[in-house]
Amino acid sequence: MRSAFAQEMTDLASADDRVIILSGDIGNQMFDEFQEKFPSRYINCGIAEANMVSMAAGLAICGMRPFIYTFTAFDTTRCFEQIRIDLCYQNLPVVIIGLGGGLTYAPLGPTHYICEDIALLRSLPYMTVLCPGDAVEVRCSIRESLKHHGPVYIRIGKKNEPVIHKETPDFKIGKAIQLRSGNDVCVLTTGTILPNVLKAHDLLKEKQVSATVIHFPTIKPLDYPVLSSVFAQFDTVVTLEEHSLIGGFGSAIAEWYVDNCDRKVRLLRLGTKDEFIYTSISQNEARDYYGLSPQKIADFVGKQFTGSGSES
Amino acid sequence: MGVIGVVDSNLSSGIYKNKDLSEISRMIRGEIVEMSHNADAMHLGSSLSCVEIFVALYYGGCLNIDPKNPGAATRDRVILSKGHASMTFYAVLADTGFFPKDLLKTFNKTGSKLTEHPNLGALPGIDATSGSLGHGLSMGLGMAIAGRINHIPYRVFVIMSDGECNEGSVWEAAMLAPAQKVDNLVVIIDFNRWQATGRSEEIMALNPLKEKWESFGWSTYEVDGHDISSLINQLSRTPDSSGKPVAIIAHTVKGKGASFMEDDNNWHYRIPNADEVKKAKHELGLS
Repeated sequence: MRSAFAQEMTDLASADDRVIILSGDIGNQMFDEFQEKFPSRYINCGIAEANMVSMAAGLAICGMRPFIYTFTAFDTTRCFEQIRIDLCYQNLPVVIIGLGGGLTYAPLGPTHYICEDIALLRSLPYMTVLCPGDAVEVRCSIRESLKHHGPVYIRIGKKNEPVIHKETPDFKIGKAIQLRSGNDVCVLTTGTILPNVLKAHDLLKEKQVSATVIHFPTIKPLDYPVLSSVFAQFDTVVTLEEHSLIGGFGSAIAEWYVDNCDRKVRLLRLGTKDEFIYTSISQNEARDYYGLSPQKIADFVGKQFTGSGSES
Repeated sequence: MGVIGVVDSNLSSGIYKNKDLSEISRMIRGEIVEMSHNADAMHLGSSLSCVEIFVALYYGGCLNIDPKNPGAATRDRVILSKGHASMTFYAVLADTGFFPKDLLKTFNKTGSKLTEHPNLGALPGIDATSGSLGHGLSMGLGMAIAGRINHIPYRVFVIMSDGECNEGSVWEAAMLAPAQKVDNLVVIIDFNRWQATGRSEEIMALNPLKEKWESFGWSTYEVDGHDISSLINQLSRTPDSSGKPVAIIAHTVKGKGASFMEDDNNWHYRIPNADEVKKAKHELGLS
């Protein structure tokens, strides 16, 4: 995903001389081409995220289109007040790229992995929250965010994530993308966990459970027409995310459901727990621990219908 | 009271003489004291300490700005990073023709655009939102770099407080600006030696402030922040020829202009009653 980001930025900057990258001292060699082509429009702001965010605001006030880039643990929670005041209150077109959302950096521990960012960022007025599911959607997200007139947060993974889209999808901010069709259950998901959800879909199919899978690259604003349709059609809806169950995607769906749906629908949520992990662990192990591996997702969804999950 | 009637649309011409500027400073102070009283607004002491800084900038020919074209791409930018001194900012912007003086009466009233802390886009002449300390210098740095990228030779003036130098983000910006060789950025520190609850030099190890900024790579100067001639002299020489950003430490007195407010930190939060307004204006020679 990060390579897709770097390549897309080089393309965008060629076409639009307002585009500028502010990096928090990461991306060694990744931006070599960008820096060579646009030396004045790449600034390593050092390990100083608060200044970087406010600086981006100043650049945007003067007509530039800044993209902030560092680990999402650092360019969201550490400088949250600068984001709230300088980007959102001033409603400026600054894009925050959060590298390593969710459990991507689980091996580095809770200082580097983060499962609270969506909850924080979506609470901010005027903030748009995007969670692309593969490298193709990363490119789409960046292109669309440049057309958007306000702050945007784009949560991405790291590298070598499976590519889901063989062709560029019809991607617009606020539009969900249906990837699989089924009748028993509708699974709503977002961001980096998407490949596991699609694998779980196939496992469920083997167990005769037919699932619709809809990906929400945009968490804020949610695709309301799609939600209306889903909650009118299905009796069971499951949300899945690589984020805390407090305040994330599933919470946003639950808020929508409470406010907008009169029909009784069973809404189930899968995500990370309200805790930190204190031991060494890989991303896949952490996902499995939280029930987000393909098998455990399939087991969880499957047992809603059979009562016995994968043994059914 | 009426504020100053004489306004030249081309403020950069520096049409005022020092005597005029001293008179203007007194009138602005009178306006601020009344605004605080009428609007039930705090931060009077902090607003009074930076009057001459604003008067030197806006009336002393130090800024390339035109109230008739407040959005000009080539204009110098001004950020009141110590946003709690908005009364001074508003009084000067109104008096110099950025918006009608009548609006000053609405300050802090329900529905007014003249909020206690300034908002970007609410009124002409406000280049950034402020109120939370430690943001303005970084935004100013971004603006300065945008000017360099776009080859527009404007300057960015950021007015901070000494207490604001408590914020870590100030020093993040202070380290990055010289590394970026930004020479069109000027920070003016209203060093009135007080912050909300005590002496700024005691709450944090603020001193030696000049040496701090120098060691961070800034061309640093100290001036009497109530001496308009010195301020104009310094401000009109920025950027200097060093290729560095410029820091001006302006030594000021909190509550300047009313003897019973001067250097008394109660006036950080206290709001003058009618008698105190009368007394202050009398001392200012306005009644």
